[in-house]
Amino acid sequence: MKFNRKAVSTSTAGLAIALVIVIAAAGAYIALNPATTQKVTTTSVSTAVSTSVSTSIVVSTVSSSSAQSESLAGAGSTFVFPLMSAWTVQYHNLFSNIQVNYQSIGSGGGIAAFEGHTVDFGASDAPLKGADITKTPNALTLPITIGAVTVAYNIPKIPNGILLTGSVVADIYLGKVTMWNDPEIVGLQTNATTAGNLPAKSILVVHRSDGSGTTFTFTGFLSADSSSWNSTIGQGKTVAWPVGLGAAGNEGVAGVVRGTQYTIGYVELAYAIQNKMTVAAIKNPSGSFVLPTLTTSAAAAQNIGALPTGLGDWSKVNLLNQPGATTYPIVTFVYLFVYKELNVNTGQTSGTSLAGSTALVQFFWWLDHTGQQTSSGLSYVPLPPNVVTINEQSLSSITYNGQTLTTH
Amino acid sequence: MVSFGRGDSTFKLIAGILAGSALAILAVSGYTLLTGALPVLNADGLYFFFGTNWNPVIGREIFGALPYLLGTLVTSAIALIIGVPISLGIAIFLSEMSPRRVRVPISYLVELLAAVPSVVYGLWGVFVFRFYVIDYIETPLSNYLGWLPAFSGTPFGLDILSAGIILSIMIIPTVSSISREIITAVPNSIREGAYSIGATRWEVIRNWVLAYGRSGIFGAVILGLGRAVGETMAVTMVIGNTVGPAAVPTSLLKGGQTMASLIANGFIEASPGTLEISAYIGVGLLLMIVALIINIGAQLMVTRVLKVKRGAIE
Repeated sequence: MKFNRKAVSTSTAGLAIALVIVIAAAGAYIALNPATTQKVTTTSVSTAVSTSVSTSIVVSTVSSSSAQSESLAGAGSTFVFPLMSAWTVQYHNLFSNIQVNYQSIGSGGGIAAFEGHTVDFGASDAPLKGADITKTPNALTLPITIGAVTVAYNIPKIPNGILLTGSVVADIYLGKVTMWNDPEIVGLQTNATTAGNLPAKSILVVHRSDGSGTTFTFTGFLSADSSSWNSTIGQGKTVAWPVGLGAAGNEGVAGVVRGTQYTIGYVELAYAIQNKMTVAAIKNPSGSFVLPTLTTSAAAAQNIGALPTGLGDWSKVNLLNQPGATTYPIVTFVYLFVYKELNVNTGQTSGTSLAGSTALVQFFWWLDHTGQQTSSGLSYVPLPPNVVTINEQSLSSITYNGQTLTTH
Repeated sequence: MVSFGRGDSTFKLIAGILAGSALAILAVSGYTLLTGALPVLNADGLYFFFGTNWNPVIGREIFGALPYLLGTLVTSAIALIIGVPISLGIAIFLSEMSPRRVRVPISYLVELLAAVPSVVYGLWGVFVFRFYVIDYIETPLSNYLGWLPAFSGTPFGLDILSAGIILSIMIIPTVSSISREIITAVPNSIREGAYSIGATRWEVIRNWVLAYGRSGIFGAVILGLGRAVGETMAVTMVIGNTVGPAAVPTSLLKGGQTMASLIANGFIEASPGTLEISAYIGVGLLLMIVALIINIGAQLMVTRVLKVKRGAIE
C-alpha cells in the first residue's frame, strides 16, 4: 500500500511538487483574503442559482435585454430569517422579476459581508458600533422589525405570568437564587396561590450556547437592572455564564425548558408564542409587571422619544426599559444596513445599474410599509409610525451615482 | 502488450498531484489557523492553553481553552471505553462465530449506523435517548456512586456522560467494520494450528486471532478516536455547553464543552475583527494539534510498542 517513491521519475515528482506549491500559494492567497473568498462564493452561488432556476425565473444581472429582472443579495441575522423568508417569497409573488436571496449566516457575518460589499444589504440584531462604523462610511441603518425576549419557565401547577424583576432574574442567572421558593421570588408574587405553589426545587438555568442577538438583548437588560450582573458578567452575544446549561438556538432553549421541569430560560417572543410556553411578567421602569405580547413590545419603540436619523449613530439606541405603564422592558430592534450611495457595491446588483439600485430601494420601501403586516402573523412586532417615518427619510436619501431613486 | 508510455507517466503525475493536494490542504489550513490565532496567542499567551476563564464580552476579554481540551479528551475517552469493547464483540461475532445467514444483514446494519447524519444522533439524543440515560444510567449512578466526585451533580441528561455515550454509538460502525475486516484477514492456517494444539475457541480468538491482528485493530480504534475528537453537531446538542470554569469536566454528570462544540456555538455570531474570532481559530488550531498528536502517537505505538509480528496485516 505504500507509495513507491522510486517509481516516480524525478521530473514527474518535480512537476507534481511545483503544482502543489502553486495550489498551496493560491489557497493561501484566497484564505488570507476573506473578501476575495466571499466574493468568489457569492458569485458562484448566484451563477448556480441563475442556471438552475432559468426555467421558472430569469435571474440575470448582466443581460440588458432583461433589464427588469434583478437579483438582490442580503446576509446576516438568523433571528430575522423566518420573517425575511416570508418577505422575500411575498415580494417575489408581487414582483416576479425581483428575486431576493437572504442568507442567515449570523449578524457578525452579515456585517462582515456588508463591509466587504459582497451583499446588497446586511442584517443584524445589534447596531453597527465602533470599528464597524468607521469601516462602513455612509451606511444607513434601518430598524426593520422589533423582537422581544421572554423569560420562560416550566414549573408544575404554576400558570403563565409569575412576577419577576430584572435583578431577581440576574440573581437566578448568577447562581445566587437557586430555589424556586426563594424569598426573593416568593416575595414578588401578588397571587397567593402562585406564591404558595412555588416548589422547594432547584432552579435549572438554561441559556443559549451559541452567540446570539437574543443573548445580547437579555444580558443587556440584566446589566441595566442588576449592578452585580453588570460588574461581573456584562452584556454580550455570548457571556461567561456562571451557572446553567447551554442549548443551541431559540428552539434549543425552548425544547429544553418545555421538556424539563423546574427550568428557566429566555427565548424570543415568537418562539414563546408558537410553543405556548409559560412566561414571566417582567417589572418595567414605571413599576408595573408586564407580560410580553406584540402590543406591549411595540410600546417600547413608540415611547422611546428621539431616534437618530438613518445616517446617525445607532450604537447607543436601546429599546430596553422604555417608559410607559404597559411597556414590556426586554425589547430590541433588528436592523438592515444599506449604503447611502449604492455604487460602492461593486459587483452587486444594487451597485451596477440604476434598475438594480432602484429594485433594492423599492424592496426596502415595501418592507417598511406593506411588509410590516406580515410581521404580527409570524409573532414579530410591527414598526410603530415614528420608526416607519425615519426609514422613509433614509430610503429617500439613497442615490446611485448621485442620482436619487424612485422609492415607490 | 501493455505499453508503459505516456499514459503511465501521466497517471503517475495525476496521482502525485492528488496525493500532494492533501499535503497542500493541510499546509494551508495549518498556516491559516496559525495566523488567525496569533492575536489571541499574543494577548493571552500561555493562559490560552492552561487558563479556564472564557469571556468574549468586549473589555473583559480573556480566553483560556483548557476546559474544552479536557472536555474533548474526556468525552472521547468515554466513547472509546464504551464503544471499543462493543465494536470488538461485533467484529469477533461476525467474523468468527455467526452463521452466514445473519452475518450479512448484521454487518450491513452496523455499517448503516455510519450513514446516519450526526445531527440526527444529536436530535435523537436530546429528545429521546436523553431520558433513558437519565432514568437508567445517570439516576442509579448518582444514587449509588454520587459520593464520588466523578458522579456528583444532578442527573439531567445534558452532560459529559451523555455526550460520551452518543459518541460511543457513533464510533461503533467505524471500529467494528474495520476490525471485522482485520480479523477476517487473519489466515486460517493460524486458527487451524492453534486448534490442533488443543486451544479452545476463546483461546484461539484471544491468543492468536486478536494478537495477530492487534496493530490493525489498534488502527481501527484510532480512526474511531479521530471521529470522536472531531465530532461537533451531536456533541453540541447533548453536552450542555457550559463555559469557563464551569466547563472543566470535574464530574461526568455535569454540563461540559468540547473544542469542536465551542467553535460551533460561538464562531458564527462572533463579530469580525474581535479577539473572540481569533480565540475560536486558536481552539481550531489546538484541535488540529491534538489530532496530530493522537495520530503520531498511534503510529509510534503501532510501529514501536506493539512490534508487529512478521506477516501480520499492516
